[in-house]
Amino acid sequence: MSGGADRAPIAFSPRRVAAMVLRYWYLLRSSWSRLVELVYWPAVQMLMWGFLQHYINQNTTFFARAGGVFIGAVLLWDILFRGQIGFSVSFLEEMWARNLGNLMMSPLRPVELVVALMIMSLVRLAIGLGPVTLLAIAFFGFNLYAMGLALAAFFVNLVLTSWAVGIFVSGLVLRNGLGAETFAWSIMFLLLPLACAYYPVAVLPEWLQPVSWMLPPTYVFEGMRALLLEQTFRGDLMLAALGLNALYFGLAATAFIALLNSARRQGSLLQIGE
Amino acid sequence: MPIMPAVVVDRLVKAYKTGIAVDGVSFALAPGSMTALLGGNGAGKTTTIAMIMGLVIPTSGAVSVLGVDMARHRHRVLHRMNFESPYVDMPMRLTVRQNLKVFGLLYGVEDLEARIAAIAARFELTDLLDRPTGKLSAGQKTRVSLAKSLINDPDVLLLDEPTASLDPDVADWVRGRLEAYRRDRGATVLLASHNMTEVERLCERVIIMKRGRIEDDDAPERLLARYGRTTLEEVFLDVARGRGEARGSAR
Repeated sequence: MSGGADRAPIAFSPRRVAAMVLRYWYLLRSSWSRLVELVYWPAVQMLMWGFLQHYINQNTTFFARAGGVFIGAVLLWDILFRGQIGFSVSFLEEMWARNLGNLMMSPLRPVELVVALMIMSLVRLAIGLGPVTLLAIAFFGFNLYAMGLALAAFFVNLVLTSWAVGIFVSGLVLRNGLGAETFAWSIMFLLLPLACAYYPVAVLPEWLQPVSWMLPPTYVFEGMRALLLEQTFRGDLMLAALGLNALYFGLAATAFIALLNSARRQGSLLQIGE
Repeated sequence: MPIMPAVVVDRLVKAYKTGIAVDGVSFALAPGSMTALLGGNGAGKTTTIAMIMGLVIPTSGAVSVLGVDMARHRHRVLHRMNFESPYVDMPMRLTVRQNLKVFGLLYGVEDLEARIAAIAARFELTDLLDRPTGKLSAGQKTRVSLAKSLINDPDVLLLDEPTASLDPDVADWVRGRLEAYRRDRGATVLLASHNMTEVERLCERVIIMKRGRIEDDDAPERLLARYGRTTLEEVFLDVARGRGEARGSAR
């Protein structure tokens, strides 16, 4: 081992981040049920909406023009939802394993844990959604990757939102124990009707529309419809989403640190559980 | 030049809404010493250890480890500390080797593979390295936890009831390993326990806690003499039942 107590501490260690990524990778690798679950739900959802769209396409001229708008929305929604779940579940694994005390008393810093969780969110997304996007091509001829650079802009904004929500929820679980676990599974569904994944913002009552525009995913889904229906990439929408994401990410990180410190004050890290 | 204590706990208080868990505790641990924190359930041992590690923020008071203020700079010294406690588990789905690798990386251990081999040999885990930790017996899991707690060769080791739930034979074996580590490494060890046999065998100093306060603090033999008892268990019972005050006042 190296170093003494008086040396300058390493504020951020990629080695410790790698250690945590390795820990989650070992876990994922050891459990076929965890791996299957990553693909199962996105596949079921995509197939259901895909067949529905296929049926509607045969009966209305509008949807015939709007080919892929439902499947596109499903896949983008899953990036948002699975991104957050991927982050939160990796964190919850520590609570379920009663391992958080080991981590909190190790040299691992909160920022390193958060970065590891973000990396695992991407790994889980790749495992879960990669095959499903190929299924969408095979079953419905919908190629998400045909969106090109626009897809990259959509992806970055959705993943940033998912991480912000994941960080906040992890803070809540740290502070309140596994009793707050339900937020990890349900909080994103609060956003679903407001983020207008499957319909335009104009459908919402006028008084609700400003609330919808406060959510970064709203800009992404509007941008996706503009791309698929009008073949227009709305860079202005993506920049607005990026600005909001920066704000929410900062707020979530601040809340996480505050909740962690509150947990340390309340001694709740000693009583991890319900 | 006076030797700096490895751990200094200064007027430590932890108050919760439900009551005071630790009430003005102060002590200093000499480098290379092994000290017992003795007390019944709810005496404040675990909370004290958690505050030393920085897992719990004190209501007031201060802790310094190896000269570092734990409230402000705990990350300067955490790589030189480690702990073991029944209140935390090792990830059960990971193999013993995977667990030791992850924690070795977290603690910045150099030449990790060699270190894992050495620590596995010390705790007789070599044959178990590739088995999932959750499939091991209670005694084997405790050995894995202890191996994790020594993976970084800590200068300060905090142990919270390290032999709880072990059968006497395994517990005795574990004590032997801890004794050897302290002797070979010159580490400072704080051991929270309510196992008197363990304390008598391992520790040259005993801090007895009750209701968050230190009731007594001395070498085992001096405690026995002062209380007029032949075992630490009898001393502990005297303190627990409030007979310690009368004897203490006769000092």
